[in-house]
Amino acid sequence: MSTVVDTHHEHDDHHDHKPTGIKRWLFTTNHKDIGSLYLLFSFLMFFAGGTMALVIRAELFQPGMQIVDPHFFNQMTTMHGLIMVFGAVMPAFTGLANWMIPMMIGAPDMALPRMNNWSFWILPFAFIIMLSSMLMPGGGPAFGWTFYAPLSTTYSTDSTALFVFAIHIMGISSIMGAINVIVTIMNMRAPGMTYMRMPLFVWTWFITAFLLIAVMPVLAGVVTMVLTDKYFATSFFDAAGGGDPVLFQHLFWFFGHPEVYIMILPSFGIVSAIIPAFARKPLFGYASMVYATAAIAGLSFLVWAHHMFTTGMPVFASLFFMYMTMLIAVPTGVKIFNWVSTMWRGSMTFEPPMLFALAFVILFTIGGFSGIMLAITPVDFQYHDTYFVVAHFHYVLVSGAVFSIMAAAYYWLPKWSGFMPDEGLAKLHFWCSVISVNILFFPMHFVGLAGMPRRIPDYALQFADINAIVSVGAFLFGFSQLIFLAVVVKCMAKKGQAAVAKPWEGAEGLEWDVPSPAPYHTFDTPPKIEAPIR
Amino acid sequence: MKARLYRVLTAALVLFVMPAAFAESLQINLPRGATEVSNSVYSLHMYVFLVCVVIGVIVFAAMFWSIIRHRKSRGAVPAKFHDNVRVEIAWTVIPFLILIAMAWPATSLLLDMDNTDDSDLTVLITGSQWRWDYEYFDYDVQYRSSMATMRDQVYANLPKGENYLLEVDRPLVIPTNRKVRLLITSDDVIHSWWVPEFAIKKDANPGYINEAWTRVDEPGIYRGQCAELCGRDHAFMPIVVIALEPDDFEEWATNEETRLAEEREEEERLLSMQMTMDELMTLGESVYNAQCAACHQPNGQGVPGVFPALAGEGVSVDSDGLNDHIDIVANGVQGTAMQAYRDQLSMRELAAVITYERNAWQNDTGDEVQAADIHNYIQGDN
Repeated sequence: MSTVVDTHHEHDDHHDHKPTGIKRWLFTTNHKDIGSLYLLFSFLMFFAGGTMALVIRAELFQPGMQIVDPHFFNQMTTMHGLIMVFGAVMPAFTGLANWMIPMMIGAPDMALPRMNNWSFWILPFAFIIMLSSMLMPGGGPAFGWTFYAPLSTTYSTDSTALFVFAIHIMGISSIMGAINVIVTIMNMRAPGMTYMRMPLFVWTWFITAFLLIAVMPVLAGVVTMVLTDKYFATSFFDAAGGGDPVLFQHLFWFFGHPEVYIMILPSFGIVSAIIPAFARKPLFGYASMVYATAAIAGLSFLVWAHHMFTTGMPVFASLFFMYMTMLIAVPTGVKIFNWVSTMWRGSMTFEPPMLFALAFVILFTIGGFSGIMLAITPVDFQYHDTYFVVAHFHYVLVSGAVFSIMAAAYYWLPKWSGFMPDEGLAKLHFWCSVISVNILFFPMHFVGLAGMPRRIPDYALQFADINAIVSVGAFLFGFSQLIFLAVVVKCMAKKGQAAVAKPWEGAEGLEWDVPSPAPYHTFDTPPKIEAPIR
Repeated sequence: MKARLYRVLTAALVLFVMPAAFAESLQINLPRGATEVSNSVYSLHMYVFLVCVVIGVIVFAAMFWSIIRHRKSRGAVPAKFHDNVRVEIAWTVIPFLILIAMAWPATSLLLDMDNTDDSDLTVLITGSQWRWDYEYFDYDVQYRSSMATMRDQVYANLPKGENYLLEVDRPLVIPTNRKVRLLITSDDVIHSWWVPEFAIKKDANPGYINEAWTRVDEPGIYRGQCAELCGRDHAFMPIVVIALEPDDFEEWATNEETRLAEEREEEERLLSMQMTMDELMTLGESVYNAQCAACHQPNGQGVPGVFPALAGEGVSVDSDGLNDHIDIVANGVQGTAMQAYRDQLSMRELAAVITYERNAWQNDTGDEVQAADIHNYIQGDN
């Protein structure tokens, strides 16, 4: 380790005082507290959204309507998507950023701690508003998480107003979080922590934050247009008044496609920290990883209409978006090759974080392959809006983003809690998850190719066998997550083996220089970085 | 040596043929389809898929090789390398070339699919919640196609037929070996007209018209579904297309023109005829269940906050509201899901369904609406 760490502050606890009880959490400006709040909130939302997924899969277990009404089914698919995207994955990454970025760059806290408090605490209210809209007459949003107009304008219920308000609050929260990340990284790096010495998790979040600032205002704009179309007689998306429903889709996906990279770039950073740690070998191609991340982020602004090939856009626009989309495979491929080369001739061990990181590489790559297939416009006409797409984005989001979050949780839980995650339970959680996630999502490829549209509560008889298998996989995967809950609760209850400052032999980075659990305040005096940490 | 080769080949054959045989009984891949285009789409799909499989096998093999060989428990000592410019250039350039090899055939196929010139026949397809209307430009033929699966097969445990959810009352009929141009639009929300065996999926956007075309090789029945979330009954909006030999199609179209013309004459004649209350109620109930029950529910209770109830409230029980009632059903309600039925239903059917709504579910207004009343209302309206 070529860093000089001033460990002086770790001994004088006198400025470690903090309010106790609820006040500590309500008024906290501490990046670790706020990180924990984000992570716990995201965990709660993960179970809420997961329960909705199980309602969906229970209804789809066999043909015919047995459990819910089609209108309620549509509310479930809508809320499941919104909660998982805005409530589970994005806050989890923001929580990880809050916890880890200051420690990784040797900063005492985030640059804007009061805004940090605000950006978390408005989030629960956004979700209370959105979830409570389900209690209105006619129920909550039922137009899919993509809320295509005019289904979400003329043809929606009044819960749309609450939905729009909730999305606004979530957007404000994300933008504030992103500003904080950018300001922190640009201003608070320890001496010697040059940009090209930053850990990749910091780099990927840095780029993600710019994506967030670029596209969340577009989302805010488009939900506002939905609101005014519905209540204030504008006609942005209504042909009768000179508007165009396809304009909605252009605006939504101009936000929506960078959004999917917002949900995966931090994963790349996590996996790029974990694989070298457990392969005991420096990350292969650090610089190319940074450039590839930036390339993916740049291209993400030029591919949005690949979600819209069937809307009848001009053929040359289709061609442009097909070529741009295919091009994303190049930097993404670079990343995967780099990870495999990092493992090559390493000295690998397979602790729970590594298991999840390895599963991430394989399963995310499978999701990438179906992504290439979906990019090919003429065949996308067959895949579009079928279960093939559902399989694709769950491979990249569940066995991609969510697996990387789990890997991160296992990797850094010793630092957060001071206790090692129970290895037996964690491995059980891994094997149950990795098997069931494939029973859940792999057969969806087949049923989609065979012609089953997505977002339907009932289906033709030839899809019955595969749907039954998928539903079984869904329940197995859902209940496997209770093991994860048990591991986290055990760490939080301070049970199990106490963690040392650096519990993973091959781990690199400033976060491992501070004791476990990390003290309330770290790096009050910045460390000096004299050589790259990798 | 030769024996061993045979053994390997047989094993490989079994491995590849078994899933293929399995795939025949349990469909797990795209259909080849019934047109030249759909066959090209299938080939392109298989080509891209196989390229992905090959790349996947190589990448995962390298990964598993190091997972198995380069593990600490086997005493592996980590190497120190962390860069190699040549390798990095290679794995940037080679994927790029592979992508060009995929984009090339995709581009030419897409240009072909986009070319709707020189068509022999044009059909206008209009989606509305939750049915399709078909209008032939070259014949005086126009009709509506709704799902034929019964509600009790969906919601109760009535046995489900072979084509459950994929059957309609009046399929679209097109000729084989003719280039059929499809114009696709919508009356309300966005729908998407999808028949997998034609490899056509095109969104029906309200206020705009999209184009697609197909040339079906073989006579047959082809089934599809709406592919864009369009509200509550999105799952219950199937498409059935019957492809007939050109001569059979001509015959069908001519017969249909005659039949529809006769229906219109009959309609004129019936305007002066009175129907009894029982006749009105019986016809009204069947029209109601086919057209109205999806939203307003078979018991007239609607869906609170989404679709208004008709039983015991609103215009259906307002004794002075008969004209308003006719207006709503005939002309729809602007800015809501309630569409105009004046062109979708006959005068008789409109009269019957309004009578039914005013008297079913203990509404009991006693109002009897005749086809002539509707006719007069619409005439006055114009």
